[in-house]
Amino acid sequence: MKREIWKGSEAIAEAAIRAGCRCFFGYPITPQNEIPEYMSLHMPQRGGVFVQAESEVAAVNMVYGAAASGVRAMTSSSSPGVSLKQEGISYMAACQLPAVVVNVMRGGPGLGSIQPAQGDYFQATRGGGNGDYRTVTLAPANIQEAVDLTQEAFDIADQYRNPVVLLADGLIGQMMEPIVWKERTPRPLPEKTWAACGRGSRDHNNFITSLLIDAPACEAHNLDLAKKTAEMEKNECRWEEILLDDAEVVLVAYGTPSRVAQTAAENLRKQGIKAGVFRPITVWPYPYARLREIAARESVKVFLDVEMSLGQMLDDVHLAVAERKPVRFYGRCGGAIPHVSEVEGAALEAWKEVK
Amino acid sequence: MTTIYQKTKGLQDTELHYCPGCSHGIVHKLIGEVLEEMDALGTAIGICPVGCAVFAGNYFSFDTIEAAHGRAPAVATAVKRTHPDQPVFTYQGDGDLASIGAAEIVHAAMRGEKFTTIFINNAIYGMTGGQMAPTTLIGQKATTAPLGRTREQAGMPIRVAEMLATLDGCVYAERVCVTDIPHLNKTKKALKKAFQRQMAGDGFTFIEVLAACPTNWSMEIDEANKWLMENMAAYYPLGVIKDTEAM
Amino acid sequence: MKKEVILSGFGGQGVMSIGKNLVEAAVVEDLEASWVPSYGPEMRGGTANCTVIISDERIGAPLVESPSEIIAMNRAALAKFEPAVAPGGTVFVNSSIIPDKVSREDVKAVYVPCDEIAAELGNSKVANMVMLGAYVAATGALKQETIETMIAEMFTGKKAKLVPLNLKALHRGMECGRSA
Repeated sequence: MKREIWKGSEAIAEAAIRAGCRCFFGYPITPQNEIPEYMSLHMPQRGGVFVQAESEVAAVNMVYGAAASGVRAMTSSSSPGVSLKQEGISYMAACQLPAVVVNVMRGGPGLGSIQPAQGDYFQATRGGGNGDYRTVTLAPANIQEAVDLTQEAFDIADQYRNPVVLLADGLIGQMMEPIVWKERTPRPLPEKTWAACGRGSRDHNNFITSLLIDAPACEAHNLDLAKKTAEMEKNECRWEEILLDDAEVVLVAYGTPSRVAQTAAENLRKQGIKAGVFRPITVWPYPYARLREIAARESVKVFLDVEMSLGQMLDDVHLAVAERKPVRFYGRCGGAIPHVSEVEGAALEAWKEVK
Repeated sequence: MTTIYQKTKGLQDTELHYCPGCSHGIVHKLIGEVLEEMDALGTAIGICPVGCAVFAGNYFSFDTIEAAHGRAPAVATAVKRTHPDQPVFTYQGDGDLASIGAAEIVHAAMRGEKFTTIFINNAIYGMTGGQMAPTTLIGQKATTAPLGRTREQAGMPIRVAEMLATLDGCVYAERVCVTDIPHLNKTKKALKKAFQRQMAGDGFTFIEVLAACPTNWSMEIDEANKWLMENMAAYYPLGVIKDTEAM
Repeated sequence: MKKEVILSGFGGQGVMSIGKNLVEAAVVEDLEASWVPSYGPEMRGGTANCTVIISDERIGAPLVESPSEIIAMNRAALAKFEPAVAPGGTVFVNSSIIPDKVSREDVKAVYVPCDEIAAELGNSKVANMVMLGAYVAATGALKQETIETMIAEMFTGKKAKLVPLNLKALHRGMECGRSA
């Protein structure tokens, strides 16, 4: 297969079109403008719909409309813009509508900076909007993975009738790497018999709504959603283990910091310290079970959680490790990317503490 | 036996939850009749608001989507663009459209989205219990304007049809009411024209219905209709506001 | 083999594009490669830089603290990145624009009069291609034929006439790189 060089944001856009996404609705915000820019040219050429919406709120509600009428749709934004999209994400989760939301994270809170960050972890992994729901949240660490996960995201969304979040950081959005366009085997997916696309000869009308004003009905609906949440937790968990088999120091990181952690682990091994990396690919569902197994290993002495935020994933690492081993933390935030030497230093310190 | 009247197939056999004297039920019926006459019940897609008409999807017999508060025009934009050959409309109240959804309606009209918006203006928030709307008249009492709306405190009420008519994407805007049979017939005619122009691909079409809310206005039904004609119609003039075909 | 290079210069000097050329050539040679730009307000004028990594193994951190080489196309670039170069590394200096000399003794300096050579060739736009030639020759990171083929493929149709010019620029740069 031919390797092609793609910029992250554009690769995500192209991957979406190849996955059968037929609508894109967005609003400009750095550092993800290449996604709407790419879509504005290519989506109409390939028979799809592109609208530059008046706001992120409008954009996500356009996605809601397309999804409700049975069409594959996507929106993308960056941190402050994704906060605005939470309304639509909550409504889509409530109405069981499939769609893909891309967040190319930048520094926060508020307007923050436009450099890469991971401060939206809590928002992305805990639902983000109002109510009890979760979204499968895919966190690519390179452009090939961004492409593969974007395409997979549409299938996951359709299978569970639930929005899926692609959680990238500004660096993944802006960098270029070689990729290959793999032959995909799409999942067997249910027909969208629920879509409000015109009643036709159906014996009833489809009414897409999230209002269940009667509390018992609303609770029953929530419990149904919870069953689906459990299914997603069971089936969709992904992670990667790098140099982990004999590791004594386990670095836990996702996205760009996982690459920094990988180089740090390689460097530590050159110094005779057995370091490895545990990299969640889905940050929801979180690979608790596997991390728990690793924590139980006798060889494992200490964990170091590395983030471009101030200890958000750390909560999940603690939940998994559950006091079996010490957990240390190193994070940068606001758009600063951790240097290899810093992570190496933090890992070394953690190792010395427990040695 | 000859049938001289029957309920439109555009509505389900469900009891409506609207209060006595409320205009929603009548407008629902007219929309159902128009779409039935256009043979569009199998293709139409309606977008419902947040407000009293939040349950409209339980009454219409065609497919409907409940939008978040104010976002119906954004939802309809996507639905129409992905289903360009099907009639699409939003049904929105004054809080939904003129307040929280002001940006969405203006931009849909600006883009000339080829759907129809039916705007129910009763100058009050109904479902949440009589709070002031952007269209509440000066002096009119509301639960958040207990002494009556003042210009100093809340500004002057917004004339949405006139505002949207300034946008080139809006090809047809008419203000109507359903207080009596002649007005009701005019409303039906306006609705039909809006849907026809939508299907002709002309652009954005807008029907503002001055509506009565006897419950939140604390009035008897007849009194409410009379108040509507004397006060609302005085500030919000009835008739065609814009028709590019007539220009 | 692993090359970690920071390329920096004014916007419009083509540093981002020769960075991309390095990645393209690496892909042809079945290597791993990554390209990370600086982005934000500074790229709308002012200084632009990118980090390129070429490796025969999976690339971890895509940003580097101590690059094996830097390419400085203007004075600010040299001042900013010279201190970061790994000991034993190489500093490529566009000597047409930068009057300063490399002050460190633990790195190798390659001075390339990019703009003068480009002017001699009659097109100021190929100054970056001169520097690419110097880099390739001095580091041996990529094969000459790979770069030449890439240039031939880069300019097609109406622009095909630019191929000989760019090849000339590349070769003149390579001479500088070899003799350094």
